[in-house]
Amino acid sequence: MKRHLLSSADLDRDDALLVLDTAAELAALTGRTVKKLPTLRGRTVVNLFFEDSTRTRISFEAAAKRLSADVINFSAKGSSVSKGESLKDTALTLEAMGADAVVIRHAASGAPHQLAHSGWIGGSVVNAGDGTHEHPTQALLDAFTMRRHLAGGKGDLEGRKVTIVGDVLHSRVARSNVLLLATLGAEVTLVAPPTLFPVGVETWPCATSYDLDSHLRDADAVMLLRVQLERMNAAFVPSVREYSRRYGLDKQRMSTMPDHAIVMHPGPMNRGMEIASDVADAPRSVIVEQVANGVSVRMAVLYLLLGGAQLGTGEPDTDDADTGVEA
Amino acid sequence: MRQSVTYLIRNAHILGGDAADLVLRDGLIAEIASPGGTAIDGASQDVVTIDATGLVALPGLVDLHTHLREPGREDAETVESGSRAAAAGGFTAVFAMANTSPVADTAGTVEQVWRLGREAGFVDVQPVGAVTMGLGGQQLAELGAMATSAASVRVFSDDGKCVHDAVIMRRALEYVKAFDGVIAQHAQEPRLTEDAQMNEGVLSGILGLRGWPAVAEEAIIARDVLLAEHVGSRLHICHVSTSGSVELIRWAKSRGINVTAEVTPHHLLLTEQLVTSYDPVFKVNPPLRSDSDVEALRAGLADGTIDAVATDHAPHTSEDKDCEWGAAAMGMIGLETAVGVVAAAMVETGLLDWAGVADRMSFRPARIGRLEGHGRPIEVGEPANLVLIDPHAARKVDREMLQSKSSNTPYAGRTLPASVVATFLRGRATLLGGAVVDS
Amino acid sequence: MSSARTPDDTRTVLDGAEIARALTRVAHEIVERAKGADDIVLLGIPTRGVFLARLIAERIRAIEGREVPVGSLDVTMYRDDLRRAPARALLPTQIPADGIDDKIVVLVDDVLYSGRTIRAALDAMNDIGRPRAVQLAVLVDRGHRELPIRADFVGKNIPTSKSEKVHVRVSEHDGDDAVLISGHAGAAEAEAR
Repeated sequence: MKRHLLSSADLDRDDALLVLDTAAELAALTGRTVKKLPTLRGRTVVNLFFEDSTRTRISFEAAAKRLSADVINFSAKGSSVSKGESLKDTALTLEAMGADAVVIRHAASGAPHQLAHSGWIGGSVVNAGDGTHEHPTQALLDAFTMRRHLAGGKGDLEGRKVTIVGDVLHSRVARSNVLLLATLGAEVTLVAPPTLFPVGVETWPCATSYDLDSHLRDADAVMLLRVQLERMNAAFVPSVREYSRRYGLDKQRMSTMPDHAIVMHPGPMNRGMEIASDVADAPRSVIVEQVANGVSVRMAVLYLLLGGAQLGTGEPDTDDADTGVEA
Repeated sequence: MRQSVTYLIRNAHILGGDAADLVLRDGLIAEIASPGGTAIDGASQDVVTIDATGLVALPGLVDLHTHLREPGREDAETVESGSRAAAAGGFTAVFAMANTSPVADTAGTVEQVWRLGREAGFVDVQPVGAVTMGLGGQQLAELGAMATSAASVRVFSDDGKCVHDAVIMRRALEYVKAFDGVIAQHAQEPRLTEDAQMNEGVLSGILGLRGWPAVAEEAIIARDVLLAEHVGSRLHICHVSTSGSVELIRWAKSRGINVTAEVTPHHLLLTEQLVTSYDPVFKVNPPLRSDSDVEALRAGLADGTIDAVATDHAPHTSEDKDCEWGAAAMGMIGLETAVGVVAAAMVETGLLDWAGVADRMSFRPARIGRLEGHGRPIEVGEPANLVLIDPHAARKVDREMLQSKSSNTPYAGRTLPASVVATFLRGRATLLGGAVVDS
Repeated sequence: MSSARTPDDTRTVLDGAEIARALTRVAHEIVERAKGADDIVLLGIPTRGVFLARLIAERIRAIEGREVPVGSLDVTMYRDDLRRAPARALLPTQIPADGIDDKIVVLVDDVLYSGRTIRAALDAMNDIGRPRAVQLAVLVDRGHRELPIRADFVGKNIPTSKSEKVHVRVSEHDGDDAVLISGHAGAAEAEAR
């Protein structure tokens, strides 16, 4: 693992599997009476949220607390923070407080990268979503969920077919998922109207299509991206109704999917828009499980970034105890 | 007032040619002779001798595109500090863009900037007038009043903003014919570039930054060369940044349209790959483009399609740059690094010789701006506006060493292949031995 | 790393047959101490402790004619030396279905050295349940304890020097059964005398 998690591209196949395997072991804890582990005792994790996201913040907070880290929540939205300088000042403040890791959500693409490379802070930086760039822990929890349902909870996602539908242009979830799923061997098809594909998408490690119906029959997983209503006013699509008709997943479309195929959504959903209400609540919908898996995956990320010595990327020597060279 | 110094410059390669000795006296080039052949007594205490062995002598450089920030943002740059930076970069004249606060859209404001430049005394500061009131794009500024003011404005530009309204652009092109003015267009279709952050392409998609498509520049250039042809006016295109723009301008020139164009040093050397660092020092408008754009711009400058190198020197305070990419101001400083960058991009690559550099950085920009006394041949009787360049003195760019009030240079830590050694403005040394000389 | 050493300075201290006999003896001692196999749960510490726990469980079945629940307990998240090395991958923790409350838990590990792994195991168990008693079985006790911990059942005491490494091989994981020592034997012998 690198010292920061800024992009899914930071994870090679071994790193990604290490996170998923670690998350799988940690997920077993959720059934225990005592859910807490002492691993990050004395470490400080700061949740630095420049953009509202109660769900993601709570998920990271639960993850850090289950590892016994001290958690400081810094919500910058609504305070005097509106532009630039404050990121630097906030970072310097956090450094003075001794943050071991900063989990950052920011409306500006690249803000986590700047935080990690500016020299403002010394700890690890975890990208919890930056602008229209990336959201790597969301991709990890999505991969974790797919692996449970489609690969027996082990190994990679070689050959699994994943259809991701919606506003790819503005979606950090899509970017992170495409990179990670490709690393794990899945075959991803992005489906969107042409206006909602970024320039250069043909160079991404995935296929693209304008037609949803032709990518449901052989899909192992179908992921709907949230539609941002304000996009409708910028001439990306003519109307919500037309988008819903062409790219929304309703019961009729869902019935063309294979029996084993799952339905996913990073949330929060617009029921009746990109996803019909009865689809969201269908047995094959794993949307609620995605949320639960988010905590395990984020625990794994925090543990792997903070649990060991900082820096260094040697092969973890799990046999120390056996060979008697502990301590 | 002190008697002006006479300079004897020995063994300088004029325009990179044969070595010669030059005598600068009373603001003029008094004498040019083969080495050792001047009539002057080098031992006289009124004569300062400069050994220019190995140095190239060019006419003082002329920058068609500088932001001096005064009035309004004196925390980023002043006419004085920007003038010092210009002298350090080998310039003897700079055109100061109009997007100050207040905007230079009246005779009063342009005269103020012009006067501040004269007081500073390092370079001739030639104000650019705004095309429209407050750069608003709606109503023509009093172009004639600025033209007949003490500043004798000939270049008009809303730079920073595009004159996007076709009717306003047409009228402006027509109106300035009365005093041989030129409209310098900042070619950027505004709707296609709303909140644009970087070149639109594969990389913008990956980095999640909103794209600034080449077509937004090219569409305006295409429209404006056709407008210029239609009304028979002179048009200048600021900071051309795409290969498509070069092609359009080449086409327009082949049709006989009276269009000129400039390219910035940074667009000749840097590419969008630098944006992967998300370091706002690389955020600039128009944005850094692709390798193939850089190649096309170099070729266009080499074959004369692009007439001039202009720095678009854009100082910003650290608080405007030391922040998230999306919130950061656009622009980079460039006066002090222009010669080194052009040497790296054009001279070392064999695309231009030093005579070509003189043409693109002095002769042509002075002519485009209708600037008297600059961009003149190095001949006896001409104004002694000169720069001495050491073509082999590589220099590492150090933020701390810059004359500009701002330090937003994208070249910090980079080594550039040539250095400016001395600059003379009408016979007065403004830079000697690489150090700015106060008057 | 041991792979960098020549085979010459590696010696075998227990072979397969000796290991088998030691485990049989340990199984007998466990049953004897517990007065039968009732309530015994064997928790192996991954990786090799788990295989050893299974081998002991087989022997207890042979002695008592009944199955003893076997599980695994990964102690990684409870270790006190996490910051000295890059983060380690977690190994499986599998607690038998009936849990460990009020049982006699026998922790099984391959080598007992500083005692820190066992300290971590006791902490880990604390978060899982409350056994009636906890005992410790190890194949090799090599000395050099850093905590007040001792084993209840020891396959073999092997004096070592701190510069040596003890390698336990189990056939399910390593292809054969053996205990090897690599490093400066001279130092170990000097210390043993």
